[in-house]
Amino acid sequence: MQIPAQFDYVRASTIEDALALLDRHGPESRVVAGGHSLLPMMKLRLARPEWLIDINDLYELDFILPEATQLRIGALTRHSTLLESADVARLFPIVIDAERVIADPIVRNRGTVGGSLCQADPAEDLATVCDVLRAQAVVRGPGGERILTMDEFHKGPYETAVAQNELLVEIRFPIRPRAGSAYEKVERRVGDWAVVAAGAAVNLAEDGSVDDVAIGLTAVGLDGTIAEAEAVLRGRRPSEELFEEAGRLAALASMPVADQRGPVDYKRHLADELTRRVLRRACARALETQTTTTQEG
Amino acid sequence: MTITEAHAPNPAAGDADRPIGYGRIQRKEDPRFVRGKGHYVDDIVLPGMLHGAILRSPVAHARLVSIDTTRALAHPGVVAVITGQDLLGLKLAWAPTLSADVQAVLVTDKVRFQGQEVAFVIAEDRYAARDALELIDVDYDVLPPVIDARHALDPGAPVIRDDIEGRTDNHIFDWEAGNAAETDAVFASAEVIVKQEIVYPRSHPAPMETCGAVADFEPIEGALTLYETSQAPHAHRTLFAIVSGIPEHKIRIVSPDIGGGFGNKVGIYPGYILAVVGSIVTGRPVKWVEDRSENLMSTSFARDYIMQGEIAATKDGKILALRTNVLADHGAFNATAQPSKYPAGFFHIFTGSYDLQAAHCKVTGVYTNKAPGGVAYACSFRVTEAVLLVERMVDMLARKLEMDPAELRLKNLIKPEQFPYKNKTGWEYDSGNYERALRLSMEIAGYDDLRREQKEKRARGELMGIGVSFFTETVGAGPRKHMDIVGLGMADGAELRIHPTGKAVVRISVQSQGQGHETTFAQIVAEEIGIPPEDIDVVHGDTDQTPFGLGTYGSRSTPVSGAAVALVARKVREKAKFIAAAMLETRPEDLEWEKGRWFVKGDPSVGKTMAEIAMGAHGTVALPEGIDGNLDAEVTYDPPNLTFPFGAYICVVDVDPGTGHVKVRRFIAVDDCGTRINPMIIEGQVHGGLTDGVGMALMQFIGFDEAGNNLGGSFMDYLIPTSMEVPNWETGFTVTPSPHHPIGAKGVGESATVGSPPAILNAVVDAISPLGVTHMDMPCTPARVWAAMQGRATPPI
Ligand SMILES: Cc1cc2nc3c(=O)[nH]c(=O)nc-3n(C[C@H](O)[C@H](O)[C@H](O)COP(=O)(O)OP(=O)(O)OC[C@H]3O[C@@H](n4cnc5c(N)ncnc54)[C@H](O)[C@@H]3O)c2cc1C
Repeated sequence: MQIPAQFDYVRASTIEDALALLDRHGPESRVVAGGHSLLPMMKLRLARPEWLIDINDLYELDFILPEATQLRIGALTRHSTLLESADVARLFPIVIDAERVIADPIVRNRGTVGGSLCQADPAEDLATVCDVLRAQAVVRGPGGERILTMDEFHKGPYETAVAQNELLVEIRFPIRPRAGSAYEKVERRVGDWAVVAAGAAVNLAEDGSVDDVAIGLTAVGLDGTIAEAEAVLRGRRPSEELFEEAGRLAALASMPVADQRGPVDYKRHLADELTRRVLRRACARALETQTTTTQEG
Repeated sequence: MTITEAHAPNPAAGDADRPIGYGRIQRKEDPRFVRGKGHYVDDIVLPGMLHGAILRSPVAHARLVSIDTTRALAHPGVVAVITGQDLLGLKLAWAPTLSADVQAVLVTDKVRFQGQEVAFVIAEDRYAARDALELIDVDYDVLPPVIDARHALDPGAPVIRDDIEGRTDNHIFDWEAGNAAETDAVFASAEVIVKQEIVYPRSHPAPMETCGAVADFEPIEGALTLYETSQAPHAHRTLFAIVSGIPEHKIRIVSPDIGGGFGNKVGIYPGYILAVVGSIVTGRPVKWVEDRSENLMSTSFARDYIMQGEIAATKDGKILALRTNVLADHGAFNATAQPSKYPAGFFHIFTGSYDLQAAHCKVTGVYTNKAPGGVAYACSFRVTEAVLLVERMVDMLARKLEMDPAELRLKNLIKPEQFPYKNKTGWEYDSGNYERALRLSMEIAGYDDLRREQKEKRARGELMGIGVSFFTETVGAGPRKHMDIVGLGMADGAELRIHPTGKAVVRISVQSQGQGHETTFAQIVAEEIGIPPEDIDVVHGDTDQTPFGLGTYGSRSTPVSGAAVALVARKVREKAKFIAAAMLETRPEDLEWEKGRWFVKGDPSVGKTMAEIAMGAHGTVALPEGIDGNLDAEVTYDPPNLTFPFGAYICVVDVDPGTGHVKVRRFIAVDDCGTRINPMIIEGQVHGGLTDGVGMALMQFIGFDEAGNNLGGSFMDYLIPTSMEVPNWETGFTVTPSPHHPIGAKGVGESATVGSPPAILNAVVDAISPLGVTHMDMPCTPARVWAAMQGRATPPI
């Protein structure tokens, strides 16, 4: 049994309560959501908060809410809830692709969207998903609410714009027409973190050309999406040649480091291969929604 | 009235639904396990018990300059801190290993691997103990480490074991088997020779329960009770007596439920000894249970063999000879557990299942700055390494000859009429019908259809691979004239008592770690004397309660202890005959046995059941001369030879051409372990072993960086397969009983772990062979497979 250093524990009952507790206990206090990142780090004594503020009773943060122009997801929504949501599957299949390969059912039953994003592990999957869906993060603190783009939210490995006395409360995905998205990950074993993963979201124009596209890679040292690769596709009809070119540019842009999961050349190769795969799938899905929309119209 | 009418069906014979004897019954131990009521070392709580924690070295090779424990001792709840210096005073700083070496219990002079034991804190609770570890100040003078075994013998390499007088290098042993000259002669004139370096990388058994102990030393009696995670309680007791000086009759070792062993719990680790020292020093019971990282980083690893293989054959595919030179990395202390005369275990069964003209192997053992150990993880004393070598070499030969690998094997397997078969390195295989097993697995697989499918897929650029392996195991060590561990002959005892009401207790010297002993051994007794298995209690794991014997590892429980149990039951049955004769007022020779009762020859309605006889034995029946009033017996079994289970495995994989990701799609396992006692338990053992095989072939690997940092020290980095990585196992069996074993049974616990990695690896290489790949080493992670596909396969070490 791995044993953490000493800490105190308190359960928050509301968002306001949690913020007050964070304020009261100061810099050495941390909120705990699913605990699947924080508790292992505490057991390895890599994290030593003096106070744990448990936010699992904040049911007001556990929701999936489709609106006309956006899908709102509460920060305490569990991975498993996302995975089972029909709204999410219909609007953003990339989330389902990603959730299927995040950890294992035991972790997904407890781990939360907010915890994943705030942990900001460089190999974390939802960050790429949020990047390519051009998500917004809603952060609440003593001074009220701030709405951040993902670029503003991410500050690098294990760092975000969420201050010590703030909470991430919500993620918003804009709903766009003729959209398709996909995620694919290579892992050494089910439940392992990505060797490399790629995500893409496309919106087609009415004429079938690419109106907007976002491409992101997980675990290769990148912040945000890959503009060079996206530029190749924008305004043009999707084709194998374009996917190949985008893949090549994504690989060039990637900055992987060698580790137990693989050497640099392999990770670069995956950046290329997986970019092509997700673009292919995202475009196919966008075409599908386009046909359904046309038929319905 | 005819005899048949008078004699109703025998209730003691049982039937398929409720076998009294061999057959498919649910495990007797499972109700407590599935209800969470198993009782493990960490469940033990004794009055006044303290908790120990070990400070481990963060570096691989360093001179110990100083240790300051002042701050730790001042920490609230800390009772004592023990260092190597303290142990020197007690003459306990070094302990003998199972391979005639010594291992540091706590560092006194020099750290020799990362994770080595440096100090031991004893505190009121485990939190305080852990907290205090951070308050011990240690000054290390870091030395260059020896990490790559290939450079361990370089001139000028740092000498790791300067604690041993006169040591000037890192060489441990050279050992060989077979005939070098004869083999070289066959190679010199062979038409075809294939050479390949094959690496079996270091892995770790990683049992679900880590190692631990609760030591309770009672100073007035001078008696030690030690609860510990041990696969071999009796051998441990003897060793503890030798190491500690506590007389053996004052030591009681209890191994309660064990959450997996796989060879990890054969050795005596410093933690066990420290718990004992801690209890002696504090006068209170001391518990020590290691965490996952400690288990992975410091306890017995597995494999780590670098093998240069060469196979010789004729052009038309007759295999002639095999030779190999092996470099064996034993880590910082030679602590492998195997019979004394065999420093490379049973590796010399590397001739496998083939009829060869000559064979020779040479193994060189070296020290490196890595954790000690070596024989673990269901390897049957290094048969895993042997089988990987021969099965890779045969596969490579098939490719060179452009022959189908199954066909080549069929052509060269030892024939049924050649048994008992003497191989070229000194083994006598007891029995086998190899061709039948391979043909059965090919039939279950639909081998020809698979090859057709593969051809079609290859034409489309898809990478499908089919891998075959055939293995012969050598298990059930062993005859005392050849085999001992630290001087103890490898025998096992059994005691059987039938209580007056006909219920029984059988006491055995082997120790279950999940193998289902409480069921299997009850079934052996049931088969012999007709008492239902649920009426037979199997007692094991407590040296005060069981007869002496060497324990469970190397798949030896059924071959050795199973034989002891069958023989002790037969002894009781024989004795029962005399008592029954007295009860029936007839002569013993006039009685005949049917399962569960003795009856009068020619008059089956007149007889006595075992329960009646048991009551008679303990009752008032006048007993014949020389028969005392009980129905008990005991035996110690010294096996005349080992047993040689075998099997034919076929694996089908798909490799993603873009990512190198391997999916094991099908796995067909045909096993022959002789007489099958409980087929359900056998299948469970096979399923588990096959899963181990997937782990080893695809992901499990303990790597080190150049500084000697262990890169597999947690389950984040040391990957264990899950149900998602394994296919639906397709098992089959043949039965070729062992002629020298009382019930014809062979071991099966490790067969699948031994036999499956080469099948998977052969399948992966087969899948990517269209790209020109002829070999790659395990683990077949996506990155490593992809590198092989680019023509850049590298050994893992
Ligand atoms: C075995 C295993 C495998 C995994 N594999 C993957 C994988 O493949 N891919 C992947 O993406 N993830 C993986 N994870 C991580 C998993 O998804 C975690 O659950 C997740 O990263 C953290 O979510 P949590 O709710 O458990 O966060 P916690 O551990 O509770 O918290 C993590 C951090 O976020 C902070 N925090 C939590 N919620 C908030 C909030 N609302 N506002 C501000 N700060 C907050 C905490 O203070 C803490 O610092 C794995 C985890 C495990 C244990």
